[in-house]
Amino acid sequence: MTNLLIQNATLPSGEVADIAIVGEKIVAVGKGLATDAAGAGATIIDATGLVALPGLVDLHTHLREPGFEQSETVYTGSQSAAAGGFTAVHAMANTSPVQDTAGVVEQVQRLGQEAGYVDVVPVGAVTVGLEGKQLAELGAMANSRARVRVFSDDGKCVHDPVLMRRALEYVKTFGGVVAQHAQEPRLTEGAQMNEGKVSADLGLTGWPAVAEESIIARDVLLAEHVGSRVHICHLSTAGSVDIIRWAKARGINVTAEVTPHHLLLTDELVRSYDAVYKVNPPLRTQEDVLALRAALVDGTIDIIATDHAPHPAESKDCEWQAAAFGMLGLEIAASVAQDVLIESGDSDWNRVAAVLSSNPAKIGLLEEQGQPLVAGSVANLTLIDPKAKRVIEHSHSKSENNPYRGLTLPGAVVHTIYRGYQTVSNGKLAEKGRNNA
Amino acid sequence: MTLKHLLSAGDLDRDTAIQILDIAEEMAGVNSRDIKKLPTLRGKTVVNLFFEDSTRTRISFELAEKRLSADVINFAAKGSSVSKGESLKDTAQTLEAMGTDAVVIRHSASGAANVLAHSGWINGAIINAGDGTHEHPTQALLDAFTMRRRIHGAASHGKGLDGVKVVIVGDILHSRVARSNLLLLNTLGAEVHMVAPPTLFPVNTSNWNAGFHYDFDAALASVKPDAVMMLRVQGERMNASYFPTEREYSRMWGLNAERVGLLGESTLIMHPGPMNRGLEISSVAADHKNSTVLEQVANGVSIRMAVLYHLLSGERTHTDD
Repeated sequence: MTNLLIQNATLPSGEVADIAIVGEKIVAVGKGLATDAAGAGATIIDATGLVALPGLVDLHTHLREPGFEQSETVYTGSQSAAAGGFTAVHAMANTSPVQDTAGVVEQVQRLGQEAGYVDVVPVGAVTVGLEGKQLAELGAMANSRARVRVFSDDGKCVHDPVLMRRALEYVKTFGGVVAQHAQEPRLTEGAQMNEGKVSADLGLTGWPAVAEESIIARDVLLAEHVGSRVHICHLSTAGSVDIIRWAKARGINVTAEVTPHHLLLTDELVRSYDAVYKVNPPLRTQEDVLALRAALVDGTIDIIATDHAPHPAESKDCEWQAAAFGMLGLEIAASVAQDVLIESGDSDWNRVAAVLSSNPAKIGLLEEQGQPLVAGSVANLTLIDPKAKRVIEHSHSKSENNPYRGLTLPGAVVHTIYRGYQTVSNGKLAEKGRNNA
Repeated sequence: MTLKHLLSAGDLDRDTAIQILDIAEEMAGVNSRDIKKLPTLRGKTVVNLFFEDSTRTRISFELAEKRLSADVINFAAKGSSVSKGESLKDTAQTLEAMGTDAVVIRHSASGAANVLAHSGWINGAIINAGDGTHEHPTQALLDAFTMRRRIHGAASHGKGLDGVKVVIVGDILHSRVARSNLLLLNTLGAEVHMVAPPTLFPVNTSNWNAGFHYDFDAALASVKPDAVMMLRVQGERMNASYFPTEREYSRMWGLNAERVGLLGESTLIMHPGPMNRGLEISSVAADHKNSTVLEQVANGVSIRMAVLYHLLSGERTHTDD
């Protein structure tokens, strides 16, 4: 692993500086650093015109291994993450076997270390087998080598109010957080798409906004009652934004995420019956998209999380009803953030760094991620060319359920540096991970 | 406009819809002859691909295909490779490999016909014979044909349904018949009203050009319809709290004898079949002189012949979609 000297990078503040990296650490940040600031023989990266962000952190990734290796593996998902500018991803628990024991979360973490493209941080299941009946051994997962702090039954809602209350209380033991997939199951039986005028036309069973909002309302009140923090996954409706805003104003310890697709795509796309647009929660209306974008700007929503959900072709190449829910997201998240926060003129790169790096790291209690770009920080960073326009085509994921294909999005990841190692260099993914290079 | 597929009643512009209705008039002439057969589709292969049981619709299509001299294959999902887990894609590609000119598809998934038409799995014409709770365009065509014949008689040719007032009653939310009728009746200039309990309307009907009513009696009084179309209440709605009991549904939204008395002298009584007598429709209504239930069945064959003729006969170059 060679040392790195990044020259003329634009920091999130707008200031232009050089960044010297020795080993795993940033050793100096400043204007006109000496060419040997990272030692003699350091690789020089010309970052003129590039924005440097702390390495991106995803709180919500489906890596599919163990169990669904036809969709993705920890290795391919890690590569896709690095290509998208990430240096850490939280691997959701709905694997097979489910990540509901110390053994499985340690296995996933180890696969991540072996891949060596990002920190793979396993999420623990809240309930055994994601079945919503009995708490999984949260403490064992927290105390395992994987040091699990985020717990979620994502894909399923912890809908039993008593079980949810207990989980919220119990994770206080180790400062953990429950990330809720807010979906009232009875209100969404057989649901296929957002319930609205498009579902009326298409004759697809509607997924009402209230099915999400009622659970969020309940859970922020539960969190308040027991004095716990709660994280809400993938907000998709304007009403959910209102509830989170209300809860935060009330002082409730809640954080919220939004996916790239809910910031960009609407249920009008379902008119094609193309299952690439089938996702849980469903694509909503333009009004919802606008509310989510505004909430990301004003801080009501804390983070962008990808909900990267790979599926093999056969799970999408079929009638809508038979298709799987989910879409890719790791390699377009930074572009969508740029679209919402920068191209709109509504915010700045500090906010991009917050929603894609420092905030998710804080929620997940990752000490070595999301750090500011200063001397002493772990060298996780992403260099983005904000002027690039790219037509979305290829992805490094094993799957191709990519709803952005053919769209032109702003910005491109030029370099990703993961613990001092270049996983992406000049837009090209490293052939090997950090520990195998 | 010449269509490649018939997936939605919305695919039809006014001229094309009227053209198909006019062809159906010719086909009805054939169907009343001793020898009910035309050579139009000789050498063409049509597959009836039925993933859902529907004896009536399947037989109607089959008869239409045979009267046009097509080679007909019936592919029912039950007992076939589909019940062994074969995907829609593989079934479609298998049919394509055997060289079919048209596929008539009935499927429980909304959009299945669209997926088949746009997937690239198959090149032939796709006719939607009912997809989930989405559409059933040939039903709408045969309903329009039935209304036009009753209202305009021998002078039907070239006419739409301008100013005709139609009230559609029942499970609008889950009805492919209602969706297709709404679109086609709008296209033909009719005025559409829908009556249902609030539980059986879509939550958001802002995209639909129709009047919406909860009170059947008030709707009959205010609209003074030229046709009342009753929809079948499916068994699976009974125990899902869409309405308290069958008796209450029948009292409030059934076409009973009292309501038949409120209809105009020539108001048509329509039902796509099969009927639940005593639930959404009483025998007084079903067997009334203004009931078109059996005409609808007969006209279904003529309409399906017309659609097949439109899609399959003659030389034409298709633009890819």
